[in-house]
Amino acid sequence: MAVEKKGMEVDGVGSVGDKLPCKKLVMNGAELVVKALEDEGVEVIFGFPGGAVLPLYDALYYSEKIKHILVRHEQCAAHAADGYARSSGKVGVCVATSGPGATNLVTGIANAYMDSIPMVAITGQVVVSAIGRDSFQEADITGITLPITKHNFLLNDVEQIVPTIKKAFHIASTGRPGPVLIDLPRDITTMEAEYRPDMELDTPGYKIPKMQGRDALEEIAEVLKQSEKPVIYAGGGILRSKAQGELLSLAEKHDIPVTTTLMGKSCFPENHGLSLGMLGMHGTVYANYAVSECDLLLGIGVRFADRVTGNISTFAQNARVVHMDIDPAEIGKNVPVDYEVVGDIREILSSLLRLAPEKKHCEWNETIDGWKDKYPLHYDNSTDIIKPQYVIEQICEVTEGRAYVATEVGQHQMWAAQYYKSLMPGSFSTSGGLGTMGFGFPASIGMQMANPDATVFNIAGDGSIQMNIQELATIAQYDLPVNIAILNNQYLGMVRQWQEIFHGRRYSQTDMSHQPDFVKLAEAYGVEALKVEKKEEVRPAIEKAVGSKKPFLMDFHVEREENVFPMVPPGGSIKKMIRG
Amino acid sequence: MKHTLSVLVENRPGVLTRVAALFARRGYNIDSLAVGRTENPDISRMTIVVPGDHHVIEQVTKQLDKLIDVIKVSDITKDEYVERELILIKVGADPSVRGEIMQIVDIFRARVVDIGKDSLIIEATGDLGKIDAIENSMRSFGIIEVVRTGKIAMVRGPKHEDAENYLSHRRL
Ligand SMILES: Cc1ncc(C[n+]2csc(CCOP(=O)(O)OP(=O)(O)O)c2C)c(N)n1
Ligand SMILES: [Mg+2]
Repeated sequence: MAVEKKGMEVDGVGSVGDKLPCKKLVMNGAELVVKALEDEGVEVIFGFPGGAVLPLYDALYYSEKIKHILVRHEQCAAHAADGYARSSGKVGVCVATSGPGATNLVTGIANAYMDSIPMVAITGQVVVSAIGRDSFQEADITGITLPITKHNFLLNDVEQIVPTIKKAFHIASTGRPGPVLIDLPRDITTMEAEYRPDMELDTPGYKIPKMQGRDALEEIAEVLKQSEKPVIYAGGGILRSKAQGELLSLAEKHDIPVTTTLMGKSCFPENHGLSLGMLGMHGTVYANYAVSECDLLLGIGVRFADRVTGNISTFAQNARVVHMDIDPAEIGKNVPVDYEVVGDIREILSSLLRLAPEKKHCEWNETIDGWKDKYPLHYDNSTDIIKPQYVIEQICEVTEGRAYVATEVGQHQMWAAQYYKSLMPGSFSTSGGLGTMGFGFPASIGMQMANPDATVFNIAGDGSIQMNIQELATIAQYDLPVNIAILNNQYLGMVRQWQEIFHGRRYSQTDMSHQPDFVKLAEAYGVEALKVEKKEEVRPAIEKAVGSKKPFLMDFHVEREENVFPMVPPGGSIKKMIRG
Repeated sequence: MKHTLSVLVENRPGVLTRVAALFARRGYNIDSLAVGRTENPDISRMTIVVPGDHHVIEQVTKQLDKLIDVIKVSDITKDEYVERELILIKVGADPSVRGEIMQIVDIFRARVVDIGKDSLIIEATGDLGKIDAIENSMRSFGIIEVVRTGKIAMVRGPKHEDAENYLSHRRL
């Protein structure tokens, strides 16, 4: 760390008679930032330098504890930090310079905000005296990110650096997690101050919701006892509070089937007999039927999003609804609920486990198994053309459901959610709330950094991958063995599907058949690649990629006009699916 | 129905923006918003009058409460409280009607604070009903300009805020 090399130690001003002469550690602001990050246990930063963060990068140069990954676009620094956070449970950190560097982070910050991902973004800013004068590379990034951060800070005092970074990590990682941005004027980073790590946090307005509703828990235990047809509807909150063990116990002890949201995917093993897969717009028939028919719906760490509920007035019509979440503002926001419990999901579930007696629901689960048999996920695999679903099934088989998967946005994302049966909590990253094309590839870089020995897949579309294709340079530079699987339909497929179904097949601006040769492109970056056009080549290609332990791109040419089914038309009842 | 929210916030730059932006982003309306510091200079109080049904107010309150700079949100609508608003009214007043205006000003225990050639500025304080009444009573004379502060409110009796501890702690 910089301290040894550059920091200056001076004797404290402790008066004579003090037990120990206190040593003061004086550093410049940039060194304080790095030291504070090290204190928070930060091991990886994703970033991109520039004028306003020059001093910060100078201090980073000396850090032995923090590894910096140089992305090729700041958006990817944010997405990589996001993927890192999702797959490690730690806070992801990204850095960008002022002005365009900071604004390039915006999509990534908004993405993390929508999905409640703990992240700290540090941006450079022009010197304090130049703020507000439209100075070179000035952007009001705290103003810009106000509605897409959990909180943000504009620092104007070197003394505040350490406490602010502490606060930022605290706020980002507790309660309902989210991104926090710290805007750091350049001159602050060159001023000196004493390093005082033990300053008390002063955030009187920040309340971490404590568990409320113990009485409700007793009532819930009672209705659970009476319920004949319960369903658990589990979301990202399970993963954020690391409550997957408690969820599994609850499901097994009470014999309750579990459906997950897109954000909740991987919180419950998808090869489990009680797993219903995903619900909602592209959910399984049996999940949507189960929710529609159940008499008790346990919403755990969810937010009753419109992609899940479809028409709200017909959602879980016959059920008493329980909502458990860390964020009191989510309770009753979209649907009226019968029982609410606010607090940390893990704490809530372990209390509930103590209260509710075990029970079997044989009849109900038989009904559901009937639906599973009658309406399984299916696609026509009889043609010679490669089906995108087939590719994902093969990836799932080869990796035994134990890969870390990050998706882009589109049809391939939904197929990945349907056909990649995730077995490890936190192993599936996808842009659920914002729906950001270009998220998956940089997120997979973050997941690989968090899990160096794991097999990591970016399941991509041909459209999405081109949004951040430049990161091929990053995986090549750091030799990150990310496997990119492009499901290449030469369309903005999801939009094309909507045009087919709702706009009379007018494929306005969705044909992407003018595209680069992805294999040559990857090779130009120094990444090995394969083009796959035959079904029998699919599995060998995946095996080769995984076996290579190197960055690898696979360009799968798949059926162009395949559609994602089941599908609930927007605003429709989730009981009424187009089954395909 | 209109609700009166009494909101304690950190007295810092940008806090008003955060509160206002929250209302704008989530599509809530504000009837009035008055803000000023409390007996503790580090803390300000906002009195916000919000129209909306129970569901809207519950969401507003919870969302406000999530802002890091917001220390405490209280819906005091059903509490016993004293409310005041201050209004400045500039009315057209040629000498022939000044007497009549002065009479009305007296009735409302308001004051004339400026006299121009053809106009007067009247200052009045009171609850919303009184302020509305004096404004209406001036209409026939021709109102040139109105400035209102928005309502401020204080709950009767001993201090009821849970935040009191915090306030006194901060004062040390
Ligand atoms: C940044 C961004 N721009 C536009 C969209 C709208 N959009 C959603 S899916 C999609 C098509 C994605 O195409 P591709 O990556 O090829 O995936 P496919 O649907 O073909 O599998 C588009 C344009 C989006 N989600 N994100
Ligand atoms: Mg495509």
